Amino acid sequence: MKWLKFFNLFSSSKKTPKQDKGLFLFANTSEVIAAEKVLKEAGYKFKVVGPPPAVRKGCDLALEVLVVESLGCKNLLLKKQIEPLDFLVLDAEEELLQPVDLFKVVDFGDYFMVRAANMKISVEKKSGRIVNVSGGGCPDVPYLASLLIGKTLKEAPNPRECGHTLCGYALGLAFEEMQKRCLF
Amino acid sequence: MLVLAGTYPSLNCPLLTGVYELRGTNIFLKDFKLEINRGTTALAATALLVCKELGLDAPYLCLAGDIGRGEGTHRVYSFLQKELAKLAPRVITFHYLLPDVDWQYKLFWAIEELPTKPFLIADAGHMYAAKMSGLAGKYDLFTPDLGELAFLADEKAPHPFYTRGFILHQEEERETLLKRSYAHNNASTFMLVKGREDLVVERGVIRSKIDAPCVEALEAIGGTGDTLTGLVSALIYAGFDVPGAMELAAKVNRVAGAKTNPSPATQIETIIQKIPEALKEVKNA
Repeated sequence: MKWLKFFNLFSSSKKTPKQDKGLFLFANTSEVIAAEKVLKEAGYKFKVVGPPPAVRKGCDLALEVLVVESLGCKNLLLKKQIEPLDFLVLDAEEELLQPVDLFKVVDFGDYFMVRAANMKISVEKKSGRIVNVSGGGCPDVPYLASLLIGKTLKEAPNPRECGHTLCGYALGLAFEEMQKRCLF
Repeated sequence: MLVLAGTYPSLNCPLLTGVYELRGTNIFLKDFKLEINRGTTALAATALLVCKELGLDAPYLCLAGDIGRGEGTHRVYSFLQKELAKLAPRVITFHYLLPDVDWQYKLFWAIEELPTKPFLIADAGHMYAAKMSGLAGKYDLFTPDLGELAFLADEKAPHPFYTRGFILHQEEERETLLKRSYAHNNASTFMLVKGREDLVVERGVIRSKIDAPCVEALEAIGGTGDTLTGLVSALIYAGFDVPGAMELAAKVNRVAGAKTNPSPATQIETIIQKIPEALKEVKNA
């Protein structure tokens, strides 16, 4: 039934020009991260946003895409074995929450610390080695810390690719900002 | 009984429950050896050290492996839902658990059926879900940092990742954030707000501020929030009045950190080793 809704949206006569965006919902944050990667590589325009309150489960992300491109996006995702749970057309009045996108950088002398939302990563300037991960509250934070600490920014996996929650996603943003600061 | 509930960052860790031991930098529970270098085990190691120091029985730990997909979290919640009545906890601390509103309600119903309501402490993911489910006001103590306080203050944010406004979480905004979080019923009765100054808050009123010793590097060290939650949990269990326990915990955490002369590369297990010494020192001061 959910997929029916996905296809029906293209025949909706009530759609106004303002309702030109829709949301792909997924079972978990890991799937959103995988979908984001696929859509980005294919050149689709999309935004990572918070789902509307009625469909939130607790620690979730959604992808906002143009309605006209949603079928192409969906087909591509299915081809990559990523199956969205649902597609919702956005109400023109719907206020979607935007992820925090500002970074704070603290210079500790021999170390930099970058904070994105509630996550912080610290790196030794000289070696580029990740020395600490702090903040956050989801269970992948300690897991990601165990994967990252002791590795250099070049060696370490991107937390966005091995994390599963919004905290993991935020840590990924901090990690990428730190890479820009230290590697380029 | 002091019950600590959380997760361990490994897929190979089953549901583990019971009283545990601390040897060196490891916790031993059943046949499992767990590192205390971050997360719930850092909290548990700290709470155990404080309990020993104060002559109390050891805490009861309930944790399961979870790398962020929620399997371990669900095992922990399911166990607690069934076993809480038998455990009869006086204090429960919920920690690194995947935010899940449905489980939050199920667990809360189980808590409400207990003959005596335990003192409820929530930190990390469980605190996020407590706020999101509208149950924040039922908790006795939250331990947010400034970013998490901004999240509690934003009545629409389901996670700190989406917090609107207050993005830079400046220290000077704290009072506004506190007012907003209490006004929207997104705060617990007591709050221990971590920051450059730690705030001891009761029903929206700042009772005291702890700012010494001030060691900048502690902000970068993963686990300093976990040790603080472990400290305050054990001190409340020991019978200290709640604001007194919060103040003492904040001081001990800072002193333990300072004793290691830390840099941003210091690891939390080094600080944990200093907890007993710091507790003695602060208590006797």
